[in-house]
Amino acid sequence: MDKNLRIKALVILATVLISIYGIIGLPKSKDELANNWKKNIRLGLDLRGGSHLVLQVQVQDAFKAEADADIERLKEDMGKANITFGGLERNDPSSLADADKIEIQIKGVPVDKAASLRTLVSEKYDAWVFGSVNSSDYRLTMKPTKSLELRRDTLARSMATIESRINGLGLAESTVQQRGRSDAESELLVQLPGVDDPARIKQILGTAALLEWYDVKDGPFATPEQARMNFGNALPLNSKLLRSAASADAGEAWYVVSRAPVITGRDLRNARPQQGELGKWETGFTLNQEAAKRFGRYTETHINKRLAIVLDGQVKSAPTIQARIEDSGRITGARDQQDASDLSLMLRSGSLPASVTYLEERTVGPSLGADSIQQGLVSGVVGLIAVVLVMLVYYKRSGINATIALVLNALILIAALAYFEAVLTLPGIAGIILLIGMAVDSNVLIFERIREELRSGKGVVAAIDAGFSKAFLTIIDTHVTTVVSCAFLFIFGSGPVKGFAVSLVIGLVANVFTSVFISRFIFDWETSGKKQLAELSI
Amino acid sequence: MELFRKTNFDFLGKKWPFIIASLVLTVAGLGTMVMKGGPRYGIDFRGGVNMAVKFVQTPPVDKVRSALSSKISGEISVVENRTDNELLIGTELKDEKALDAARKTMQETLAATFGGTSGKLDLHNTGAQALVDRLRDPLQRASVPMNDQQLRDLTKGILAYRDGRPNFGIIQNLDDLGKVQGVTPQVLNVIKQEVALAPFAIRNTEVVGPKIGAELRNQAILATLYALGGMLVYIAFRFEWIYGVAAVIAVFHDTVITLGLFSIFDKEISLTVIAALLTLVGYSMNDTIVVFDRIRENLKLMRREKFEPLVNASVNQTLSRTVLTSSLTLLTALALLFFGGQVLNGFSFALVVGIIVGTYSSIFIASPILIYWTNRSGVQGKGSGGEKVATAAAPKAVAK
Repeated sequence: MDKNLRIKALVILATVLISIYGIIGLPKSKDELANNWKKNIRLGLDLRGGSHLVLQVQVQDAFKAEADADIERLKEDMGKANITFGGLERNDPSSLADADKIEIQIKGVPVDKAASLRTLVSEKYDAWVFGSVNSSDYRLTMKPTKSLELRRDTLARSMATIESRINGLGLAESTVQQRGRSDAESELLVQLPGVDDPARIKQILGTAALLEWYDVKDGPFATPEQARMNFGNALPLNSKLLRSAASADAGEAWYVVSRAPVITGRDLRNARPQQGELGKWETGFTLNQEAAKRFGRYTETHINKRLAIVLDGQVKSAPTIQARIEDSGRITGARDQQDASDLSLMLRSGSLPASVTYLEERTVGPSLGADSIQQGLVSGVVGLIAVVLVMLVYYKRSGINATIALVLNALILIAALAYFEAVLTLPGIAGIILLIGMAVDSNVLIFERIREELRSGKGVVAAIDAGFSKAFLTIIDTHVTTVVSCAFLFIFGSGPVKGFAVSLVIGLVANVFTSVFISRFIFDWETSGKKQLAELSI
Repeated sequence: MELFRKTNFDFLGKKWPFIIASLVLTVAGLGTMVMKGGPRYGIDFRGGVNMAVKFVQTPPVDKVRSALSSKISGEISVVENRTDNELLIGTELKDEKALDAARKTMQETLAATFGGTSGKLDLHNTGAQALVDRLRDPLQRASVPMNDQQLRDLTKGILAYRDGRPNFGIIQNLDDLGKVQGVTPQVLNVIKQEVALAPFAIRNTEVVGPKIGAELRNQAILATLYALGGMLVYIAFRFEWIYGVAAVIAVFHDTVITLGLFSIFDKEISLTVIAALLTLVGYSMNDTIVVFDRIRENLKLMRREKFEPLVNASVNQTLSRTVLTSSLTLLTALALLFFGGQVLNGFSFALVVGIIVGTYSSIFIASPILIYWTNRSGVQGKGSGGEKVATAAAPKAVAK
């Protein structure tokens, strides 16, 4: 063998060894081999089972909350500054796109107080732009920079909360990503491999879990009307109505509570499921030091009054304060242990700053994934055998050459997928199977050219040489066009379609190497050393 | 072995029957599409709920359909896959908020129609955590010595048995669980008390909101258009711009015919079908380029030849490659169609159709366009004369 051929042989051998190493590593036992294979060949959700969720963060909720908080502050500040007003409220943007349109309306301000109101807002409320509607009514609109910041911040906080809930559930290999543009779309893509009860997960991820404790002013009432009647048809200032859910022993009820909560979920240090009286499951929680002090002072002065424990705007219970409470409490009424532990997980991971809605869910059960792998394997093997048989019959000994190139092509492709940490999906398997067909096209192009050259009277070595060089340009042109279409598939496609494009492109690149370089090497190796080769089995 | 040796079929002389056949197919496809009010998009593109449900026995399609249509308004499609006893159930939904409810209704309706499990846990449609919780106390009561980790391993084993080969989701009889490691007769007794088997298993659920659906549809259309544009630019760069135009028209023709056949056979266009369409765009382009490449080469070799016979000779020279490659690729696509299962059915159907159409469009669509254009511009520009006509469309010399 001449030196040139030897170097080529080394290159090919090295490629094959690196590929094999990438797929199975250096296993010492059969188990290790299986493990390495499993580790390196990453299966997509559609093959291993799991859930793919797209959720949309309803950012307008955070805008409303921001406005509400500032309204409370304004009331206080205006009181201090002796600015009287007739009404102070916000509008109610209902959709994501309208979030920026949030505004606070201040009505009925005396003309002589307008200047001091303007100064107050510009000094202490830098998120808002002060504008006047008429001589007594004013409007605050949110600054664009502030609203952009609020959008991003809300999305980032939601993402962090969802991430920590997923971690709390112990779901390995799950991912949370932003989807689309952060300033406009507010969408998160959550991928949960191996999840087998998506309904529960969706519930956990989608619950706001905002815990608040309110001072109960009166209640319970059977209807909101009754509650209002009790206060002479108008709720007292700084109070609001909250509903409690109907339970087994009591129907729906309404409470009049203070407007601002005594403590909130942000003051929590820990939460855990526990068994209370009669062995019923409940969620116990502990407050952080600062809140515990505040809560201790509060309960001391409010003994025999009632507190409402409110979760996501719904009264869970309204116990009477018996004694000073320092730092712990509980939420009763869990259905079972799982219910209690799910709630404690949600409380531990903090509340979502805005509600979320689900735009998409794709859940593949593990049995379907296993089934798909089997079907993919069967069709791959059947396709491969059919192609190999035809090549062997049609091109005789050169068919073996093509077969070697084909097998190495598949090997390099799988290894590249492993090295790039690409994920193998069902369309990805389809892409590989299709690649078998396209890979063999390169060999057919070359072989047909060699035959033509042989027919035109060239010698074997010269025919091989001409065949390869003439077919090479065609191969490049055909491959580049396919790569171009795959590139767009990758850019615009989503999830599984991306996997398909990746498999196909890697396969095509590997194909240039196997069909041109390796096939050529095999021909050269066959013909080397033989001065006059009369015939080529092709 | 050789299929064709030195053939000289007059392909381009016989182009008209094929062009007419193409036109008929295109019109028929577009016609049915118009009649049916546009292409039949799958849930991916419309928004809705899709469920793959595997049954223990041959599924009663009509029963499922009538049970669901009494509960859910809107279009309901039930497609049967006989070999697997599997049904694909789809409901279309326009409202984002109703999606989750519809999914729940579908599950509940199935359970109600095919017999619940009378308070027991349905092993076919449960997750690991629920099974652990359900078995923990009864096992303790039956005084089976087992710690939490052992219990988890046990349920993992049971679910792996359910999902793996050869069951793939359906267990015929609870007694079969005796084969699972750790399931002693004592444990099996407890399992039988607590767990039952519904006659079906939901294996796949897809819930797509209309917003995402519209987004995916736009993405797919954009991907196709950009891919075509990108290829046009590449071919124009490598050959002449008219080669790019001819190739893109041929490929567009393939796409339209394939979509038309989807409409005629009433198949749904899903995300994977779009992937297949783009693949066949690449494939058909391949085929066209091989012919064009030969034309480019022959233009240098046969300077005296008129353009049309030259193209015809090029088609003949590449014929054995064309036939061999197409049939080999067709073989792999057919393997996918027959063995690839329900999920890939649309994908493989598009490929099979696309490979056939794509192969003949290179010969009967792309090449005639090239000849037509060359003859026309030749007549306009430089008068008659075969040699000049041929060089008029000769591509730039390509450096090797």
